[in-house]
Amino acid sequence: MSIIEVKNIYKVYNETKVPVNALNGVDLKIEEGEFTAIVGPSGSGKTTLLNILGGLDLPSKGDIFIEETNLKDLSSRQLTDFRLHNIGFVFQSYNLIPVLTAKENTEFILQLQKVPKKERIQKAMELLEAVGIADKADHRPGQLSGGQQQRVAVARALASQPRFIIADEPTANLDSRSTNDLLEIMAEMNRKYHSTFIFATHDQRVMDKAHRIVTIDDGKIIGDETFKGR
Amino acid sequence: MLAAIAWRNLWRNKLRSAVIITAIAIGIIGTVVTDGFMSGMTDQRVNAAIANEVSNIQIHNPAFLLNEEIKYTIPQAQKTGNTIRKNQDVKAVSLRLKCQAMASSAIAGAGVTVYGIRPDDEKQVSALHEHIIKGNYLSGKQRFSAIIGQKLAKKLDLGMDDKVIVTLADTTGTITSGAFQIVGIFKTSNDMFDESHVFILKSDMAKLMGFSSASSNEIAILLNNNHSTRSVVRELNKTFKKEIAAHQIVIQSWDQILPILKSLVEIMDYFSYLFLLIILVALAFAIINTMLMAVMERTREIGILMALGLSKRKIFSLIVLETVFLSITGALVGILISISIVYHYSIYGFDLSFVAAGGLNSIGYSSTIFFRVSNNFYLATAIMVILIAVLSSISPALKALKLQPAKAIREDI
Repeated sequence: MSIIEVKNIYKVYNETKVPVNALNGVDLKIEEGEFTAIVGPSGSGKTTLLNILGGLDLPSKGDIFIEETNLKDLSSRQLTDFRLHNIGFVFQSYNLIPVLTAKENTEFILQLQKVPKKERIQKAMELLEAVGIADKADHRPGQLSGGQQQRVAVARALASQPRFIIADEPTANLDSRSTNDLLEIMAEMNRKYHSTFIFATHDQRVMDKAHRIVTIDDGKIIGDETFKGR
Repeated sequence: MLAAIAWRNLWRNKLRSAVIITAIAIGIIGTVVTDGFMSGMTDQRVNAAIANEVSNIQIHNPAFLLNEEIKYTIPQAQKTGNTIRKNQDVKAVSLRLKCQAMASSAIAGAGVTVYGIRPDDEKQVSALHEHIIKGNYLSGKQRFSAIIGQKLAKKLDLGMDDKVIVTLADTTGTITSGAFQIVGIFKTSNDMFDESHVFILKSDMAKLMGFSSASSNEIAILLNNNHSTRSVVRELNKTFKKEIAAHQIVIQSWDQILPILKSLVEIMDYFSYLFLLIILVALAFAIINTMLMAVMERTREIGILMALGLSKRKIFSLIVLETVFLSITGALVGILISISIVYHYSIYGFDLSFVAAGGLNSIGYSSTIFFRVSNNFYLATAIMVILIAVLSSISPALKALKLQPAKAIREDI
């Protein structure tokens, strides 16, 4: 069953006098449990597509369905609430809340979801354990390496058990070892929790792990390959 | 956790937060200490006026108040005084004779107010006996004696044991005079008072004017507590309802007798609050600037919070909380330091004698100011700081709300 269905979406930015067509009629379906990489050169529309899939932006034309919900029908407030309960994010620059510890960062979404304190602390510690960073639970992001911060970001993204996780260039700032560790963790989460991951990436190592690679260029999907057995 | 984030955010840029906290603290210290100084001054002026000049309450014949003609005495003054003494809020009562007169010496003369008093009663009502700097206070034994203020003594070129000639109009309007030996010279913090008052024995004054010594045209009442002035006036108005209705007496509190002093107290109060408002409005711009910088620096972080699902209402609350925490911290520091300064000067006083003793005394103020700040002023300061903080946070918070998460996330720091 498709968890995400994108129907003929266009995105035009009008920030300058000359309109920029970032997406030109994209159709895409993502199935539950997929480990999908969206690849393409810079300016191809990867991030725009990812923003739309993550409910951070809306298409100028076309529809985006997350299961039964058309995101275009939601108000700004409903969209925020929808993201909170359905979508996890992992960003290129980790983007943890700098004043919160690793445990608090992981707990943060759960608290927004009004999960009782005891339960959310237990859940946060389980996830930090799963990403191998439980011993740094009380460290703030500034006290962690890039790889460790990105692990916390993955734990945070998984904390609310979202429908799917959007990861925009998650390995761009990591060294090889951290990249491999992180990819292994995400692959494990995908296997263990059947979590759906959608990456935007340039990184061949991410592509090598992906079950499916969607190639985009000039705002259009120009390739869509599935790799069985990965 | 929102409060924890807001509080911790304050200390991310320690220098910037410290600068604004210091600015708020200094603003509040300036305002509170100024209020303490002004309230101390007015308090002392009011207390001195009550202690040395007018007491808490005075009773007169209403006709006497029109132009202070001595013939308008208080009917049954002795009985009235005894009734008043029974009131449990009343500390002491003094029955006086009072008139406008000319005090003169061989070389000069001056218009004065002459009081005829019973020294033992007057000592209970007035603190003037504590301000004798030469000689002694009046005693009932030495007839035709007087005490005068230092300023008047200087003006008339009179000293101890010299005689001051008091000339006045008696009940028939005939000019009469008497020579009074100076047995004491007083000095209060009010030069104007010292220059224009002469105190003699009531029996001497009554004799000079052709009265019986039981006659009085002023009853001065000192209360146990100044705060009960209004309630005692209300009680006395009830007690002497008939006499008041018959226009035999009128009862006045100190602020009715000295309306200028009352206005001064009120003006000082208003000025303190106005000063506080001006300082806080000025600080509000500094707070807005600081918070706008904080929001602009954290554009990406706010974008992330939005992306993660933090509602606009919570983003708004986060900025408001941060501003309020910043302001409250400054206010707390300011108020604590202010309390210490005010406490110190409330005990030891702020001595201005080296710059303005003469000037202050000449307008009725003591040269040593004992600070006082009311709890209401501290409370008002705290409330206004919170109010100003909330108002100051609106602009930065609205700026934060305008951010688009998709765009904000990609913002470079």
